[in-house]
Amino acid sequence: MVEKLLADFRAGDKVAAARIITMLEKGDPKGKEILKDLYKQCGRGYVIGLTGPAGAGKSTLTDALVKELRKKDYRVGVVAIDPTSPFTGGALLGDRIRMGDIAMDPGVFIRSMGTRGNLGGLSWEARDALTVLDAFGCDYLIVETVGAGQSQVEVEKVVDTVVMVTVPGLGDDIQANKAGIMEIGDLYVVNKADRGDADQVVRYLEASLELGHKTEGWQPRVCKTIAWKGEGVADVLDAITAHRSFLEETGKLEEMRKIRTYEEIIARARKMVIDELKEYKGINEIVERVYNRDQDPITAAEELVNSVVK
Amino acid sequence: MSNIRVLVAKVGLDGHDRGAKVIVRALRDAGMEVIYTGIRQTPEQIVAAAIQEDVDVIGLSSLSGGHMHLFPKVVNLLNEKVPDNNILVIGGGIIPDDDIEELKKAGIAAIFGPGTPLKDIINLIEEKAGK
Repeated sequence: MVEKLLADFRAGDKVAAARIITMLEKGDPKGKEILKDLYKQCGRGYVIGLTGPAGAGKSTLTDALVKELRKKDYRVGVVAIDPTSPFTGGALLGDRIRMGDIAMDPGVFIRSMGTRGNLGGLSWEARDALTVLDAFGCDYLIVETVGAGQSQVEVEKVVDTVVMVTVPGLGDDIQANKAGIMEIGDLYVVNKADRGDADQVVRYLEASLELGHKTEGWQPRVCKTIAWKGEGVADVLDAITAHRSFLEETGKLEEMRKIRTYEEIIARARKMVIDELKEYKGINEIVERVYNRDQDPITAAEELVNSVVK
Repeated sequence: MSNIRVLVAKVGLDGHDRGAKVIVRALRDAGMEVIYTGIRQTPEQIVAAAIQEDVDVIGLSSLSGGHMHLFPKVVNLLNEKVPDNNILVIGGGIIPDDDIEELKKAGIAAIFGPGTPLKDIINLIEEKAGK
């Protein structure tokens, strides 16, 4: 069954790609084996992250960006994330509503996902889906994050270019200068530019960005868009392409991706160790020992780790 | 984690989705992952979305009278594109009682009209598509 699935996947079958993503979402061990196999073929795709507050127009902008990329005949994979209820585990995944036109395009694959307990971050499932779509032959991968607040900056660790999307009416130059999410954009988009004073928001952002950016030598651009009309979107793609060229020419892309690889290995290792620790059978006796002051928690932790990590 | 994934779609030239949104909300609150694709969807769009999202259930809504043509078209297209699928297709909206038998023959597992308790819909999905 796995061989058939992989053969179909390699032949470009979207059903197979979707089923592999599902296996990874469910934590199916066979999915992990497939991912190991696919890893060799990925790394070609360029990853763009769209983040910003709920309702800023991230889905609509994603739709418009995909259309621009398709004009240049690039294949595009989209992972669109919406919040999972912390109470019921359910989710309303509504990003596709804005992407109806591109749903049937043979060169586009869109997958909606819930945050599933990852507060503002990107779940492993989302990262795995990106790997699958990369191996599927997508030239560009777009991650649309869950609506973000001020400090949800995890997307920066996973993508090559961060597009920070905002809209008029959300605040003044103090907001533009706050730490956190306002620092992570490689470019900024003021969407819904036909509403409110978009030019003023652009000025606030530009004034803030003139004072410095996380990446030395890079000056982020601020673009204005009316995403539902497609206005300004070609400009956004130009800015993304410019950032990509900058990263490639300065060697920063390689540098960044190596750090990301290192962090992924550590994070996966950490997860494996924690999973093992949680399953450790003698844990209750250890707790009892430490509780009764027969042993200190530091020694207990050392012994526990030593017994799990062989 | 293994949530039931449901695609809810308004099929055809039908812009009234208050009912569909109530269903979406009820299924969300029942712990399902609900992908809502919005109004005026063609069967082709719905099937393309169902494939990429790898859903367990497709819920079709129609209030405009196109159900006899459009609901079976979704099922046929789905079976053509994904012959080994076991996706549960259900429907709802303004569907005359006389049409229900034929829709069931065409592969729509259940039809829910106005006034259906939300629990009935949830129960059917959990029973037939639960994991």
